[in-house]
Amino acid sequence: MSSTIVINDVSKSFGKKLVLNQINLNVESGCIYGLIGPSGSGKTTLVKIIVGMDSPNQGDVQVLNTAVPNLKLLQRIGYMAQADALYSDLTGEENLAFFASLFKLNKTAQKQRIAYAAGLVNLTADLKKKVENYSGGMKRRLSLAVALIQDPEILILDEPTVGIDPELRQSIWAELYRLKDAGKTILITTHVMDEAEKCDRLAMVRDGEIITSGSPAELKKQFEITSLEEVFLKAGGKQR
Amino acid sequence: MSILALVKRIFHQMLRDKRALALMMVAPLLVLTLLNYLLAGNAVDPRLGVIDADDKLVERLKDNDIIVLQVEENTKDILLDRDLDGILEFAGEEISLTLTNDQPNAAKALQVKVQQAIAAEKAKEQATNLSTFMETIQSKLPGVPVKMEQVNAPEINTSYLYGNQDTIFFDQLSPILVGFFVFFFVFLISGIALLRERTTGTLERLLATPILRREIVFGYLMGYGLFAVIQTIIVVTYAIKVLDITLVGSFWNVVIINLTLALVALSLGILLSAFANSEFQMMQFIPIAIIPQVFFAGIFPFESMAGWMQVLAKCMPMYYGGSALVGVMYKGLGLSDIRNDLFVLLGFALVFIVLNIVALKKYRKI
Repeated sequence: MSSTIVINDVSKSFGKKLVLNQINLNVESGCIYGLIGPSGSGKTTLVKIIVGMDSPNQGDVQVLNTAVPNLKLLQRIGYMAQADALYSDLTGEENLAFFASLFKLNKTAQKQRIAYAAGLVNLTADLKKKVENYSGGMKRRLSLAVALIQDPEILILDEPTVGIDPELRQSIWAELYRLKDAGKTILITTHVMDEAEKCDRLAMVRDGEIITSGSPAELKKQFEITSLEEVFLKAGGKQR
Repeated sequence: MSILALVKRIFHQMLRDKRALALMMVAPLLVLTLLNYLLAGNAVDPRLGVIDADDKLVERLKDNDIIVLQVEENTKDILLDRDLDGILEFAGEEISLTLTNDQPNAAKALQVKVQQAIAAEKAKEQATNLSTFMETIQSKLPGVPVKMEQVNAPEINTSYLYGNQDTIFFDQLSPILVGFFVFFFVFLISGIALLRERTTGTLERLLATPILRREIVFGYLMGYGLFAVIQTIIVVTYAIKVLDITLVGSFWNVVIINLTLALVALSLGILLSAFANSEFQMMQFIPIAIIPQVFFAGIFPFESMAGWMQVLAKCMPMYYGGSALVGVMYKGLGLSDIRNDLFVLLGFALVFIVLNIVALKKYRKI
């Protein structure tokens, strides 16, 4: 399998604070890769660097064999930020249509993709409502729909299931598996352990470093325990 | 394509935000109307108390639109109780004038009127004395005709290069105000709009799409620029048709100037929004970046400013906007006369636009 995202020796600091310390990461195409770690561990910074919204002080990032940042690359990445970046005075549909036209989708493709993305996140009935009247979970779902709007090859989702009820979370994961089967690569950050279980590969992040990585089964085997939560504690503890 | 998507979005947002729309379109009309009536109000005739004044002088004072009252003594109590603007007291050769001076402008005007009246009265007295003197000489020298030509007060025919005898301060002020409102409201609305994009994270989200940084800046300029055009047309039409403000030059030249001003305000607004973290901080730019512009827009004459103030004035976009607007609306200048002002304004806009495009690098390096 070829690598879709390659991170070489990336370090980043804000002022004196070192946020990422020599991160090396390899995301193979067609898999769901989970970045797991507590808040403040540097996951979001790493994700931003991969998208090209932030630049590392050291090291480089390649996505689809292209050095980041690259404008054309953005067309192929679906990004969902941690904060819901939506226009609250517009309707859900207008938000989707706006981003669709930024990705240069034509009218027919726009309609098709809006219907698909809205259906996926179960928002079809609420498309005509203004986003300011949406609940927290609905906004999260709309953000996910925006990330899917241009049918990207890579999905980079920063805590996508925060504030989403278990039922919908399950249906979103089912869809992520479908997308994966369709050949898409998905990088997801989370701090919920049971979601980590669902990833093909995992990297545990703490204090700006990757403390361990591998498939969930491998990790459990390596540390001879049954739950990932314990792996996390153990791996984290080893560093101290 | 991306620019058009942005313009379309801004339209959706603006048309839905009725308050912002009203602020932009109706608020300037309200302020203009208020100022129009405030400045057009007729001056109240001053009230002057007199002590031992000559009847002829009193008549003359009355002719000069002064309400004259006979008072007994020159005291503060009388001044205040009888609601007087001044007391003129004659004691032999000595004349003293006490002014309330609660409104220095009105007091100065009263002082001038009184002085004129006294001088005129004295001149008339002198003339009478002189002719009596001549008559006496003539009666003593019969046979020798001594002729004295009657001197009539010469009439001055006044003509005006700009405006006419009915022009008031508001006629000169209104072009500046029309431009300033466009500048102010466009600055505020566009600045806050981009600020909101920064704080809600949508700007970052926007930059995670393949949109170019300059497309964002131009999208904003076009989207809000169109509203600025509509605002300009409404404000100028209202000022001319309803408030009957002088417009000597072309209506379309006024629109062109205001549009250029709006471009400067837009690019300045979105640039300054980069240095604000909240709407309140955006407001804090108003006393620094906006209010001083009014002072240099032509309300105070440029020639009377100190040297360093003149330099400061030349750094203010409103200085050029004001001068061009007064030029077209009041003096009737054509496009070629205000060309230089327009070029300087476009220069300001260009600098701000480039700075904006560079400032967006904070979010995305390319």
